[in-house]
Amino acid sequence: MLDNLPANPTGIGASILRKEDRRFLTGRGNYVADLKRPGMTFGVFVRSPHAHASLGAIDTEAARVVPGVLAVLTGADLAADEVGGIPCGWGITGRDGQPMKEPAHPALALGKVRYVGDAVAFVVAETAEAARQAADVVEVAYDVLPSVVNVLDAVRPDAPVLFDEAPGNLCCDWEMGDRAAVDAAFAGAAHVARLSLVNNRLVGNPMEPRAAVAEYDPAGDRTTLWTTSQFPHVVRLLMGNFVLKIPQHKLRVVAPDVGGGFGVKQFHYAEEAVVTWAARRLGRAVKWVCERSEGFISDAHGRDHVTEAEMALDETGKFLALRVSTLANMGGYLSTFGPNIPTNLYAPLLAGVYTTPAIHCEVKCVFTNTVPVDAYRGAGRPEATFVLERLVDVCAAELGMDRIAIRRRNMITADAYPYQTPVMVQYDSGDPVGCMDRALEIADWAGFPARREAAARRGVYRGIGISTYIEACGLAPSRIAIRLGARGGLYESAAIRVHPTGHVTALMGTHSHGQGHETTFAQIVSEKLGVPVENVDIVFGDTDRVQFGMGTYGSRSLVVGGTALSKAADKIILKGRKIAAHQMEAAIDDVVFEGGTFRVAGTDRTRSFEEISLSAYVPADFPLEILEPGLEEQAFYDPVNFTYPGGAHIAEVEIDRETGSVRLVSYVAVDDVGTVINPMIVAGQLHGGIVQGVGQALCENAAYDEGSGQLVAGSFMDYCMPRADMMPRMHVETHNTRCSHTDLGTKGCGEMGTIGSPAAVTNAIVNALSGLGITHVDMPASPNRIWRVMQTAQLPQAAE
Amino acid sequence: MQPFTFRRPADLSEASALLAAEGAVALGGGMSLLPVLKQRLAAHAMLVDLSRLPPLQGISATDGVLYVGAGTTHADVAASPVVAGTIPALAALAGGIGDPQVRNRGTLGGVLANADPAADYPAAVLALGAEVVTDRRAIPADAFFRGLFLTALEPGEIITGVRFPVPAAAGYAKFRSPASRYAIVGVFVARGAGGVRVAVTGAASSVFRVPQMERALDAAFTRDALAGLTVPPEGLNGDIHAEPSFRAHLVGVMARRAVAAALA
Ligand SMILES: Cc1cc2nc3c(=O)[nH]c(=O)nc-3n(C[C@H](O)[C@H](O)[C@H](O)COP(=O)(O)OP(=O)(O)OC[C@H]3O[C@@H](n4cnc5c(N)ncnc54)[C@H](O)[C@@H]3O)c2cc1C
Repeated sequence: MLDNLPANPTGIGASILRKEDRRFLTGRGNYVADLKRPGMTFGVFVRSPHAHASLGAIDTEAARVVPGVLAVLTGADLAADEVGGIPCGWGITGRDGQPMKEPAHPALALGKVRYVGDAVAFVVAETAEAARQAADVVEVAYDVLPSVVNVLDAVRPDAPVLFDEAPGNLCCDWEMGDRAAVDAAFAGAAHVARLSLVNNRLVGNPMEPRAAVAEYDPAGDRTTLWTTSQFPHVVRLLMGNFVLKIPQHKLRVVAPDVGGGFGVKQFHYAEEAVVTWAARRLGRAVKWVCERSEGFISDAHGRDHVTEAEMALDETGKFLALRVSTLANMGGYLSTFGPNIPTNLYAPLLAGVYTTPAIHCEVKCVFTNTVPVDAYRGAGRPEATFVLERLVDVCAAELGMDRIAIRRRNMITADAYPYQTPVMVQYDSGDPVGCMDRALEIADWAGFPARREAAARRGVYRGIGISTYIEACGLAPSRIAIRLGARGGLYESAAIRVHPTGHVTALMGTHSHGQGHETTFAQIVSEKLGVPVENVDIVFGDTDRVQFGMGTYGSRSLVVGGTALSKAADKIILKGRKIAAHQMEAAIDDVVFEGGTFRVAGTDRTRSFEEISLSAYVPADFPLEILEPGLEEQAFYDPVNFTYPGGAHIAEVEIDRETGSVRLVSYVAVDDVGTVINPMIVAGQLHGGIVQGVGQALCENAAYDEGSGQLVAGSFMDYCMPRADMMPRMHVETHNTRCSHTDLGTKGCGEMGTIGSPAAVTNAIVNALSGLGITHVDMPASPNRIWRVMQTAQLPQAAE
Repeated sequence: MQPFTFRRPADLSEASALLAAEGAVALGGGMSLLPVLKQRLAAHAMLVDLSRLPPLQGISATDGVLYVGAGTTHADVAASPVVAGTIPALAALAGGIGDPQVRNRGTLGGVLANADPAADYPAAVLALGAEVVTDRRAIPADAFFRGLFLTALEPGEIITGVRFPVPAAAGYAKFRSPASRYAIVGVFVARGAGGVRVAVTGAASSVFRVPQMERALDAAFTRDALAGLTVPPEGLNGDIHAEPSFRAHLVGVMARRAVAAALA
């Protein structure tokens, strides 16, 4: 355990209030939709109402004559202007050694539309209302084709094919692990447990819908795009270099305040390119604000797997080998990280916290007539955890073992780190047994049978479930990522500018969209440089202000960006020591920096941080012969390994026997996040993450109609977001081990709630129903679904 | 949303005159009408705001009848001591509609005119044998609801209030949609002068009565009287939240819970 008692009241370990909340809570946030530019125009996309159709003529005449309309642009115009397609950021390789199929993804559809919501035209007008009216009268000739939305259907031989170059709708047939070793272990196993499951498709639904404003300044030949993005520099690189061919120094991308991302905003979207292209074409600023219903059919979706998993065990419950086969939905085109999520971020997590010696995972990435699927909070790791933690419960049930005992039997013990798994990754640190034991204690696991009996007396089924999990985050070591198909590095950057007064501006390559970076990073600077957080401003989200950075996703900001920040601070301190040594006529090695003061070790000769800062800019008493003036340093940090946060989550539920309604009555999470910078922010990330996972487990479901390919759950009237009244008071605490390779020992905490919770809740539901012989319930565990499984279990109570 | 003119008439006759115009539509709390306009599924040239018309306001109880003005919001019905003192099940129903924002804006008249198959009030109006009062006539509940979003109202007719006969006992039980919080199935049970009436909302294209349950409860007004009774799934609504057979099952469950609530 680390104890983080802060010596510095605003340093590492202090639960200070979030600096950014003054702005947000008083309505002074600055979002893309708030932006007004001189002469600004408004754009609206015309989207396909069909899941799959050949695109005929697009008649724009009626739209063009709507008063105020400036342009009606189509894929043909894009092609005429030689605008490139939307690139995919990862290229994975199939088991046959062939690269994945990567069909063209035009920013406005050409030839065919491939999902309901595929953009076919862009209308620009003087007012948003005129643009909307005109969009309504753009006449598109569609020749409707049969469509397919479900991966199981899409791989059938007679399925409609989206792309000629991808027969069978197969993007890639991928694998990881040692198939022969796994086959051998299965052949000799005393027992094999099997599970088929579906990981339900989700819509991310950040509170702020996507938006973009673009402007072209002919005077400087400069283009600016303001966009709701988690990674503005990457948008600049992808859009500037591959789509619109604008030189990087002539393109500025700004992501100002962004109201939640969850992955939905970590892709380069076609809309960004179209809005920017239109602004350059028209010579006017163009604004597009996505409506909520439009977001449902154009924001990349998450999850959507169908999986078969098998565990081979010996007679004592020891895991011998794991075999997993998954069909992963890619949607109608490849989104930025699409093929990476169900492969590289999935299979390496299948060891979980267990010593399973052999693992093989095969994944078929499949095109369907649905919105492209990409990373959503957790991205691959919740899917892996769900498979494994459900399967472990099935193993226990089939062997008649206790669910805790089988976990304990197979868990990696704290003394076994670093631990090399059979699926590439090497865990550096952790204590899953410690997390589990503490969670069992808080949740009073031992007292559960009495609670179950009390519930039964009230006519209610009660169940308890646990999920012991690990994840890989801090994306990512470029070395590994590039080997796995990344088409870019995954380092992070930070620059620290110390002003002559000792105030600090830190420029970060990451992007905060709710996580509280302005506070967390300021606390790191405060800790390192001994200045109060009030004296530190964190800047991000503007490619003109900030050096290159990869942005925020994969729980990477603190562990990768924070390490870069720490390293930049170390450079500041080193330079400060040189200046101080000169001024105090001491050797550099004799000057120490502690609590904001440079001191000649063992003496009372000191210089304050402010004094050194001033003399860096007013270099009167300064070693100009050996040192440049100024106090500004930058660091790029490329991690040596992923970080491996993890923990144990325990959920307890009650189920209404008559209606199948599930009530979550208790939730306990004990997580290992490494060093905690701000305990309040960590708790907040866990709370939010857990609720998102509970949403997946209990109610969220991006259901498509199989026949028409329409998204049935296309609004909040049908798509059920988790609500505050679904949640009990959560007990969240940490049980931390230090990460061995990040400067501060941090592991990250952004996604773990979402990774641990779906399995914990589902395991509790299955446990509640286990008396009826029920062994699995797919997510979301809606009342209707539970009632169905109870019916199928031939339950006298359900028929009452 | 398409542009429209907004009018707030001072009295009923001005309201009717305005509503006689082409493209004019009544506006209550706007909770159903405005989303439809915003999604561009409908466009109206003029919105005639009835929400502040004096004759549509007020709650009163006299001679065994509870009168609720059509402009009364759900929040006001839920909080009314008069409603609580006469038909507490109606107050509970209003308090369970949607969310606080919807309850603070939405009105009784708007719900009835809209006749959404998943709305709550229609079950109460039908089970209590209420009368819907308009600027032209009084329409008995059994004749008011005509189908999916269909009522007996004529073009331009304004609902001014509802007369609810106060029952000896009444209860409402709702299985709500987890997403919208509308009724997947809602059952209102009332034991009044003319016997027991059971009305079901949410399950079909329009609110309907269940004579079989009414007979059973006339014989014995107990939860157990309904044991094993429900409605057939044929013709019931099906969606991603509840298939028809689940709705049929829920009608039985909610009816028993409504009786239990009436007896509580
Ligand atoms: C998120 C959400 C959740 C909801 N959940 C529920 C729920 O759980 N249960 C439920 O019952 N309802 C629910 N509703 C609907 C809500 O109760 C609305 O208030 C109601 O459907 C319409 O009432 P309104 O006063 O807002 O009418 P409006 O939206 O203003 O009007 C609806 C229709 O009625 C007409 N109209 C309005 N007043 C009159 C009048 N006095 N005479 C004649 N015609 C009139 C209008 O012309 C229009 O056609 C929900 C709505 C939302 C948005």
